[in-house]
Amino acid sequence: MTTAALSWFARHEIRLAWREWLAMMTGGRRGRRRAMIVGLLVFGVLLHIPAYAVIGRYATLHAPLDKQTLIVVTATILLAWALMLSQAIESVTRVFYARADLDLIMSSPVALTRVFSIRLASIALSVTAMAMLLATPFVDVLMFGGGLRWLAVYGVVIAIGLSAAAIAIAVTILLFRTIGPQRTRLVAQIVAAVIGAGFVIALQIAAILSYGTLSRFAVLTSDATAAFAPGPDSMLWWPARAAFGDGEALSLLLATGLLLLGVVMASLSAGFADTAARASAGTASARRASRARSFRTGSRQQALRRKELVLLGRDPWLLSQSLMQLLYLVPPAVLLWRSFSDSSIGIVLITPVIVMAAGQLAGGLGWLTISGEDAPDLVRTSPLPPSSLIRAKIEVVLLVIGALFAPLVLALMFASPEQAAVTAAGVAVAAASATAIQLWFRVQARRSQFRRRQTSSRLATFAEAFSSIGWAATSALALSIPHAALVSGLMTAAILAATWKLSPQRD
Amino acid sequence: MAPTQSALELRGLTKRFDRPAVDRLDLTVRTGEFYALLGPNGAGKTTTLRMVAGLLRPDAGSVSVTGIDALSDPVAAKQVTAWVSDEPMIYDKLTPLEYLEFVAGLWAIEPSFAEASARELLVSLGLEANMHERCEGFSKGMRQKVALAGALVHDPRLIILDEPLTGLDAVSARHVKGLLGERVRGGCTVIMTTHILEVAERMADRIGVISSGKLVAEGTLAELRQQNGRGDTSLEDMFIALVDHEAAAA
Repeated sequence: MTTAALSWFARHEIRLAWREWLAMMTGGRRGRRRAMIVGLLVFGVLLHIPAYAVIGRYATLHAPLDKQTLIVVTATILLAWALMLSQAIESVTRVFYARADLDLIMSSPVALTRVFSIRLASIALSVTAMAMLLATPFVDVLMFGGGLRWLAVYGVVIAIGLSAAAIAIAVTILLFRTIGPQRTRLVAQIVAAVIGAGFVIALQIAAILSYGTLSRFAVLTSDATAAFAPGPDSMLWWPARAAFGDGEALSLLLATGLLLLGVVMASLSAGFADTAARASAGTASARRASRARSFRTGSRQQALRRKELVLLGRDPWLLSQSLMQLLYLVPPAVLLWRSFSDSSIGIVLITPVIVMAAGQLAGGLGWLTISGEDAPDLVRTSPLPPSSLIRAKIEVVLLVIGALFAPLVLALMFASPEQAAVTAAGVAVAAASATAIQLWFRVQARRSQFRRRQTSSRLATFAEAFSSIGWAATSALALSIPHAALVSGLMTAAILAATWKLSPQRD
Repeated sequence: MAPTQSALELRGLTKRFDRPAVDRLDLTVRTGEFYALLGPNGAGKTTTLRMVAGLLRPDAGSVSVTGIDALSDPVAAKQVTAWVSDEPMIYDKLTPLEYLEFVAGLWAIEPSFAEASARELLVSLGLEANMHERCEGFSKGMRQKVALAGALVHDPRLIILDEPLTGLDAVSARHVKGLLGERVRGGCTVIMTTHILEVAERMADRIGVISSGKLVAEGTLAELRQQNGRGDTSLEDMFIALVDHEAAAA
């Protein structure tokens, strides 16, 4: 393969990545491009506000840094790296399973090692580009307050992007080789979800155990962490020093990222072709058997509910998302456990977290059961009125939410019956609201399209988020300032009413 | 329910999208008949069948399934009807047996009867070895067979098939044709669209040709030949002549 052909393939890869991203943002509709660009620009401008609130005070800081600042900055960079790693794992898995061009590439007369090297590099590039885009408002804020030296942050983003992509490629290929293509898909999704959330959650648990607060900064800024941290010359501080404009640290960091990606590409791109072939063949040939048992009795609605529950139980996305939701519930659960011994007021924080999680999970479940129907013709030609079909599907969502959150509410009852009652009501209302939004905006889709569900209706996505946040706030206020809870509840109900009014007309 | 000679009666059935897809269509399919509905792409075959199956609401006209008014009592009509589309829609995460259990549950079929029937169907369609495997790795032909088994497991009186042989290999196609023939001999009615004219020629008791949403010819093969004034011509030649004539008239 000539250099010209390689550069052509690189352009092809970048174009594919760009179009995939565009399709994800616009829902595949050309007419939405302008609206998407305007929306992104507005979002980018608005993002400067939280960026200023979070990072503005650090803009005038100069090296040398004290240990606590080094720890906080390093932890923040580590969090960004974990999120990039999570996204990179998902990208690599998608290349294996979702790209329909593997047969074409592998049957073409090209050196596969080179082609796949380019594909790996393009993954690294897209992960890094996305991170740079998201970092821009933060860098803008820092440059506005502290000058051009903060451009070094982009260098750090590039370096950690390269290393995250390298690790993601290595992890995914390793998973393929150890557990096979079928399980890798599920495990990779779970690993990506856990890595993304795990770092923050671990810090929160440590903070609760040590200081009885949900704030992760309590651990990072503590004397104990400072005493445990290595000296100022440690490699651990390279990213923080690089971000503050230390040229030597930045060069070393970039070199390490490039070296890591180079080693992974050199050692694994040859095997990448084989892995890709096994992945595409694996989806067609590896069939999973299920336990045989007799047909069960029950009503038509029961048959529908049973089917929905079986499909939810076998859904890899749902498993990873539920795991993530449950992980997010671990810190409040630890807080709850601690509060038994020292009656901390922090326990009130549990309620909004639980309500928020219930709303978010119900939204996902609602989409999967109501819109994500893989056999719509079968269900619609069955002798069941449409209202019974919808009711059975809604019952499944509420049943699953009830089963997942009832143990937490029960545990809360031992600490505070009043709070348990408020939490139970909040969970019920948030789940019902999210399910109702999914019902109003239902579109016929395959379950596998779940990743792109947000693109079908931005309004539904925002309404679902605002509804969950609104009911979480209302629940928290009901426990602390009941009058304010009434206002918050009415506002959230108004959002729901407006969403219903704007939803598409139905037969 | 009064006994009826017709499994399906359509009167003045009309559906418009940007243009008339089905235009005041009258059609009668007798009980125990294998009826093939032919027509060029976009003629209105699938739209007609989707209205019969209850998947589309007609703009005008009536649909009677075994004497039941399908528009005023769709649930009763659906109880005796089965629908199979050309694109098999099944659940990837269910096994064929689990899929058939779900279908039997929706039609409220007695479980022990449904299970025996499901196993028999899967065996006769050559899916015995796969009945406990999830459908996610199945080929299109296998998926089509699972969908077909789903249509037959609740013992419908009217089976509506839209291009059911698409994607099937020769052996599977023969299995499916055999199974449909058996059902028709047992008193069931089959209405099927197909582009494989040889299948219509061999299997159908009567053939209807639809063009621009209207029935332009109907009858047994012999009657169609007589109508066209050609005693020995093939169905393919007649079909092309009919469609060309309609296109020229339009």
